Amino acid sequence: MIEVENLVVRFGKGKAAMTAVDNVSFTVKTGEAFGLVGESGCGKTTILRCLAGLNQDWEGVIRIDGKQLTPKRERAFYKLAQIVFQDPYGSLHPRFTVNGTLMEPIKIHGLDRADERIDRVLKQVGLGPAFRFRYPHQLSGGQRQRVAIARALILEPKLMLLDEPTSALDVSVQAEILNLLTDIRDSTGLTFLLVSHDLSVVSHMCDRLAVMNHGQIYEELTVDDLVARRYREAYTRQLFEASLGYDKRLTTEQVKALDEAGA
Amino acid sequence: MTTAIEPGKGGLRAYLTAEVSNSPTQASLQRLYFGCRRFAENPLAMIGLGILVVLLLVAIFAPLIAPFPMNEQNLGRRLLPPSGAHWFGTDELGRDIFSRVVYGSRITLQITLLVASIAAPIGLLVGTVSGYFGGWTDTVLMRITDIFLSFPGLILALAFVAALGPGIRNAVIAIALTVWPPIARLARAETLTVRSSDYIAAIRAQGAPAWRIVVKHVMPMCLSSVIIRITLNMAGIILTAAALGFLGLGAQPPMPEWGAMLSTGRQYLLGSWFLAAAPGIAILVVSLGFNLFGDGLRDVLDPRDE
Repeated sequence: MIEVENLVVRFGKGKAAMTAVDNVSFTVKTGEAFGLVGESGCGKTTILRCLAGLNQDWEGVIRIDGKQLTPKRERAFYKLAQIVFQDPYGSLHPRFTVNGTLMEPIKIHGLDRADERIDRVLKQVGLGPAFRFRYPHQLSGGQRQRVAIARALILEPKLMLLDEPTSALDVSVQAEILNLLTDIRDSTGLTFLLVSHDLSVVSHMCDRLAVMNHGQIYEELTVDDLVARRYREAYTRQLFEASLGYDKRLTTEQVKALDEAGA
Repeated sequence: MTTAIEPGKGGLRAYLTAEVSNSPTQASLQRLYFGCRRFAENPLAMIGLGILVVLLLVAIFAPLIAPFPMNEQNLGRRLLPPSGAHWFGTDELGRDIFSRVVYGSRITLQITLLVASIAAPIGLLVGTVSGYFGGWTDTVLMRITDIFLSFPGLILALAFVAALGPGIRNAVIAIALTVWPPIARLARAETLTVRSSDYIAAIRAQGAPAWRIVVKHVMPMCLSSVIIRITLNMAGIILTAAALGFLGLGAQPPMPEWGAMLSTGRQYLLGSWFLAAAPGIAILVVSLGFNLFGDGLRDVLDPRDE
């Protein structure tokens, strides 16, 4: 479904240029759920934005569904891949009702049976018809994220790009949204590309994952390997142990590593 | 979850305050209703609104309110002080000043509304396009705006009127040309904060063409501050119109434009103060009304307070 080869993204020009994504290659098979894991600023979201067509300044080769992509996309592409953003408080237009938000993609792509589509997709994300004419400020964080997922689903894409879909939510709501996403994947067979800094989220959702740092992929492994601690990189171990919760030994180790890097 | 309330069932109030809306119309009506309630809580804003409503009524029913035709001259009764027959006195040609002020409200209202409906869309369009597209578009549009901004408004209006010829229509065009640049700046600033937001990224990721994003998604976010700004500008527009009239470049005699009346009144200021006072007070009150109303609107509409 996705093939990325030697993707390079630089921000800024000349001497001030900063390489956010440095020669990254990976493939995701159709129907698979693939995780991109790494700390803040490692370039994982940038990769996602390139795939979604939001970032048009990149070099390399990206193929989605067998078609090679150009930085500028045709309208049909957006029916193929949809993105869900991290912060549901920022990703819904404050002046649009849920209905308005879901109407936009239908109008843009000239789809028919609008009412039917909206009702179906709202049901799919577990929101009743009562939510249809609410404004975002009348919704909770979890409900907003459901609307954002509904907006991505309404175009019936083959690929869902998920940018930390739970990290802005309460812990109790996180599980709900993760279960919802898992259900959606089970029922539709969508391909998922999930970006997260949280290994437990990725191991819950994904089949395979890639560990990123400093704009590069350090390691690619299956979730089974991860759980069985069959990783090669020390960085993966750090992330994995960090996901288990706070650990004094690990923290001291990380601080030491940072000191050494600084010195 | 509360049960949905049908329109009509439980009355209008229930329809407007229902927790669950059943249609886009109800959702937007509810929004309007709560906005109006917040506006009504502000006494100064209500005074402003009151002044504007009175202005509107006076303008509409001018022939019924004015005791005399606006241009009826009676040289035997010139420069009479305020009395029961002539509430604001008579002017140098024996015309009833009260009637002229009443008819003048039509001109004032016409000028302000025309200027607002020309300047606001231009400013909004230039600002949002400039802010959303950035790059060369932004540079070119903003330099043009800067050129307009670098002249004092009245001077620029004077220059335009001098070029186009005096008269109310040209005054409207001239004032509109001086009013749009600050609105464009404002709309651009709003657009810059909006365009990097996730909801704009989301609509881009759905394949929306740029014009659709600008018109449907960016403009609504700028609209409230533009409306506030133009309402607060109304006072300035009235004053500029009056100044042009005062200088003889706006409304031409015998039109009862307040600025022009003020200008004639100036010559008789020492003997007959009421010639200048009546239109002067009218300008003051209406400007104040627009300002109070604009302040109230800002409290209701400003997205930063939500």
